[in-house]
Amino acid sequence: MAEITRPPIRGGFDFSRWAIVPAITITVCFFIVPLVIMLLVSFWQRIGGKLEATWTLANYEKFFSRSYLVDALFNSIEVALVATIVSVLLAYPLAHILAYRVPQRWQRFALILAVLPFWTSYVVRSYSWLLVLSDNGIINVALQSIGIIDQPLSMSYNRGATVLGFVHFFTMLLTLTIYANLVQISPSYRRAAADLGASNLQVFLRITLPLSVPGIAVGAFIAFVITIGDFITPQILGGNTELLIPQAIMLQVARAANFPMASVMSMTLMAVVTITYLAFAKYLKMDRG
Amino acid sequence: MSWLRQVPSACYMTLAFVFIYLPVVVLVLFSFQDGLLPVPPFQGPSLQWYERMFDNRRLMEALLNSIVVATLSSAVATLLGFLAAHTLARKHIRFAGGARYLLMAPITVSYLIIGMGLLVTFNLLGVSRSLFVVGIGHVIINLPLCFAIIFSQMGDHQKNIERTAHDLGATDLQTLVLITAPIMRPTLFAAFCIAATLSWDEFIIAFLLSRFDVTLPVTIFEMLRAGLTPEVNAAGTVVFAISITMVSIAILLSTRRKNNNG
Repeated sequence: MAEITRPPIRGGFDFSRWAIVPAITITVCFFIVPLVIMLLVSFWQRIGGKLEATWTLANYEKFFSRSYLVDALFNSIEVALVATIVSVLLAYPLAHILAYRVPQRWQRFALILAVLPFWTSYVVRSYSWLLVLSDNGIINVALQSIGIIDQPLSMSYNRGATVLGFVHFFTMLLTLTIYANLVQISPSYRRAAADLGASNLQVFLRITLPLSVPGIAVGAFIAFVITIGDFITPQILGGNTELLIPQAIMLQVARAANFPMASVMSMTLMAVVTITYLAFAKYLKMDRG
Repeated sequence: MSWLRQVPSACYMTLAFVFIYLPVVVLVLFSFQDGLLPVPPFQGPSLQWYERMFDNRRLMEALLNSIVVATLSSAVATLLGFLAAHTLARKHIRFAGGARYLLMAPITVSYLIIGMGLLVTFNLLGVSRSLFVVGIGHVIINLPLCFAIIFSQMGDHQKNIERTAHDLGATDLQTLVLITAPIMRPTLFAAFCIAATLSWDEFIIAFLLSRFDVTLPVTIFEMLRAGLTPEVNAAGTVVFAISITMVSIAILLSTRRKNNNG
């Protein structure tokens, strides 16, 4: 559309130009500034229960020399990676079926149905899995009643349960992002490949899969970032078998009120998230439609 | 036999749906349990745990707190997001790209980090934890989302109507309030509903930044420490029902809008 920029009819205050200011101010005051302060506090020291503005890397040294804290970081990265990969593997076929096998007029309904439990409360969702997995939960009772097992399998309160909780949540999310991507791929590409003699598998590997990478990337990024910063799921489902980094941060805050140490760990977590963001950045553009 | 080729797909889809719905079904089913534990065998149905829940003053106060925080923080996030989207979609300002990045930045950071930043900052400033502070946190997490939703819907087709209003002598503010906002009402309301749902469900920021007055997810988490009880199932079912209602409204509004535009 041709655009004519004209001077405002009335002079003086140009409201539209300044309408962005409140949003920017709020974001700077309550997002940017707190992050900067947290970075500063991570160099401070707590002496006799009081914070002292020093400039020392002692907190970081302490963090990286305590093996249980470093372990927590690596546990978190591992859990987030495994949960993200498994979610992609489970969600892709579902999204593919929804996009290409389910008849057009049912697709929307089936998709909404597939992601509906996404909106169960976050705390409640982990709790529900605890009910399903517990020793007298529905799976153990069912398996015992048909005689497959005598003793209940202990499925809750371990890393597997934590991963399962995440996978459940992100299978839904990734189904959504991958589906949205798949339906945008023009069918003529696949038809052309088939006409040129490609088998179904070849069409999938050489056409559909490469073109659906952005949908996978967006979903996987969100899944990874949420998983690595999540406190509730490991806290409820993981039991006390191992510590993940968000739990370690909460311990520093709740038990020790050690803000410098908690800041160090938050900054480390943020570094991991930022690196992930940079790796995915090219898929995370925002367009105005 | 073309239907035979559909069998693996149908099986996979069925299994996936069982997986997705298993915890939800267990949650809702055992909220009607007529017994002390939310595990098999199922006895009932009974509404006793719902009665118990509505008599639980702590839970009801938390419910009210959650509604207040979700409503106010989402209203603020929607308003600020709308104003920012208006500037960026209609005006050529300097640093527009930078402003967009800044507004979207909170979405790339974990809620835990946002909450920790606010906690450390307010602690240093001597501001005590409260529901108001939780609300600020929720504005921060929802502003990028509201901005993105509203910005994506500020199509150029509205520009002519806005320009007409201008030519007839309306000020920018009048155009925004009397023309743009009414046209975009479905989008604004959809953004509000999504934001309200996220705030309603949010745990970690509410947990870190609240003290005596807490929100519903925090109360439910504290109830869990006492062990498994069908009362949590009842509360969870109610929370789920409210979330679904809000999301459905948002979906319906955005669909209707698309159809109207053809």
